[in-house]
Amino acid sequence: MLDQALSALLLQAGWNATLVALGAALLGAAAGGAGAFIFLRKRALVSDAVAHATLPGVALAFIVMVALGGDGRSLVGLLAGAAGSAWLGLLAVDRLTRRTRLSEDAAIGAVLSVFFGAGVVLLTVIQTMTAGRQAGLESFLLGATAGMLLEDAVVIALGAAACALAVALLRRPMTLVAFDPGFAASTGVNVARMDLAMMGLVMAVTVVGLKIVGLILIVALLIVPPAAARFWTERTDRLLVIAAGIGAVSGWVGAAISAAAPDLPTGAVIVLVAFALFLAGLLLSPARGVLAAVLRRRRFAHRVHRRQGLLALARGEAILEPLTQRLLRREGLIRADGVPTEAGRAEAAKARLDEARWAAMRARRDDAEAARYDGLTPIETVLAPDEIAELDRRLGPRAPEGA
Amino acid sequence: MGAGFVQLSLPPILIGVFAAVACALPGNFLLLRRQALIGDAISHVVLPGIVVAFLLTGSVSTWPMLLGAAGAAVVSVVMIEAIRRLGRIEAGAAMGVTFTAMFAGGVLLLERSGTSGVHLDVEHALYGNLESLIWFDATGWASLLDPAALAGLPPELPRMAGTAALIALATRLFWRPLTLATFDEGFARSVGVPAGAVGFGLVVAAAVAAVAAFDAVGSIIVIAMFICPPAAARLMTDRLTAQVWWSVGFAVLSAVLGYVLAGYGPLWLGSRHAVSAAGMIAVVSGLILALAAGFGPRRKRAGEDPSAA
Repeated sequence: MLDQALSALLLQAGWNATLVALGAALLGAAAGGAGAFIFLRKRALVSDAVAHATLPGVALAFIVMVALGGDGRSLVGLLAGAAGSAWLGLLAVDRLTRRTRLSEDAAIGAVLSVFFGAGVVLLTVIQTMTAGRQAGLESFLLGATAGMLLEDAVVIALGAAACALAVALLRRPMTLVAFDPGFAASTGVNVARMDLAMMGLVMAVTVVGLKIVGLILIVALLIVPPAAARFWTERTDRLLVIAAGIGAVSGWVGAAISAAAPDLPTGAVIVLVAFALFLAGLLLSPARGVLAAVLRRRRFAHRVHRRQGLLALARGEAILEPLTQRLLRREGLIRADGVPTEAGRAEAAKARLDEARWAAMRARRDDAEAARYDGLTPIETVLAPDEIAELDRRLGPRAPEGA
Repeated sequence: MGAGFVQLSLPPILIGVFAAVACALPGNFLLLRRQALIGDAISHVVLPGIVVAFLLTGSVSTWPMLLGAAGAAVVSVVMIEAIRRLGRIEAGAAMGVTFTAMFAGGVLLLERSGTSGVHLDVEHALYGNLESLIWFDATGWASLLDPAALAGLPPELPRMAGTAALIALATRLFWRPLTLATFDEGFARSVGVPAGAVGFGLVVAAAVAAVAAFDAVGSIIVIAMFICPPAAARLMTDRLTAQVWWSVGFAVLSAVLGYVLAGYGPLWLGSRHAVSAAGMIAVVSGLILALAAGFGPRRKRAGEDPSAA
């Protein structure tokens, strides 16, 4: 199984699997990019309504195609139906939000559940049709790449490529709108049209992703990569690229794993890969990660303990707190029995002088620089040497060290 | 309306009604607090809990599943908070990340464990199985008074009725703190109402309703009933008491009409097969909401003229 996954990963598992992996990667990239816009615009959950709203369209398209004499399995036809009902769902969310007093989250939930319910009703209708027994429309719920037809794989790969291209082309105006609609309008961008394009893009990604990821989980591909990308950058343009990258990796790896284990629903695998990348960012990101925060806090605690320990030494008090003892001993500032070394006495005197200078300064001034006192910052980093000399003059003759 | 009705249709209709009311009641407050999507999130995250409970006990009995679902709901709340605080991610996105990941995990567990053959599968979790909740021991309306027959009621019915009664009672008991904390958290705090605890209790009540209903009727009804009846009711009135009553009415109407349309509608159209009752109940609640959005007397925001536009 590992071999198979590896060969699928390296595009060696046959033409179909290769196309599916490529399609999934492109889809992930497009979804990550499109998701970044709605993430910034804080409308991530609208895509959930859009995704669930595709189900009645898929079912209706199947019924219509069978009624017209086909076998109802043409992917293009099914996806066209999905797009149609997704559009209606989007329209319904918009209407409910703007024409009534309901808030957007209520509109999203209502559209999501009602359209999905309608889809389920139509699915049970299909089950009773003779052509519907092997329709396999359930695979649209959770995605399945096992046994995918070549032409379906081509359709998905092309559709995903088109979405990715659209993201690349529209990234500048969309970033503007997502980040600052007012400013975007003032520079001549048509905000309403861009919002529409954004939602159109979300819809396109959703529809193309139906077969691979499934309509219940496709929303994850729009939400998780941008949220994961947020750990690695503070800049919008990079957020977009990183989100697309994370999406692409998730799609690629997920499709490869599911090529090796065909009974696993592809959508769930892809989403879990994306979630693993999200967790990696949550833990490891240097600026916002949990690990970095823990290290920062530890370093801070050590600085506080060291400083308090030195001040205690300067006052001639014994140090009883174990962490402080350990820190000072490690630096060679105190001996094993707690008596300060020569270096320790010097450091302690420095700390006390610093503290005294700060106190003198804060007694006189009440400005931003005085407010920087936190018991840790050396005063040399805040004041110029002549200011310190002035402070020292006012402090008068120093007390003998170590007293 | 004879023995067949009592045997086949009465229990599912009643279960549907109780499930709808149990979800619609907390839904009113969630709607006003802009937490309407919590029902959606809960119904996704309980899946892994149910699967884990099944894997541990090896059976599809009720209590382990309810416990598993409740455990998963707690895990998800902790996870959302952790992601929000540790990762400094906006609440909506944190929720989206959590519920999709947990649902994906549940799906994967389900497929890996080879449980898909048993009655536990994803479709069941989504659509529920309202139609199969039949009262075999019933012989007619008289069975309602016959203890021996009553003992054969589908266990979902008393459970759902109990949940609905519990939630109705809690709504009645905590009415004042609930309304105060919903409309004006600051004021609620200043008069000594623990607004945070009230909010948490509301989410717990929603989770209880969702988990109990999930088992019997599937997640579609749960999500639809959390949102559609309260939303439609919100467009009918400005007073909370009236809104709650409207929402209960709409919920009951959706459940009854939805079930009847699913069971008998296709017959009227000349088909021999019924369609999904769960789906139809959601659709009916959506139609009610659409009507309310088009004609409800209070459909506009305050200050807007309802006759305009």
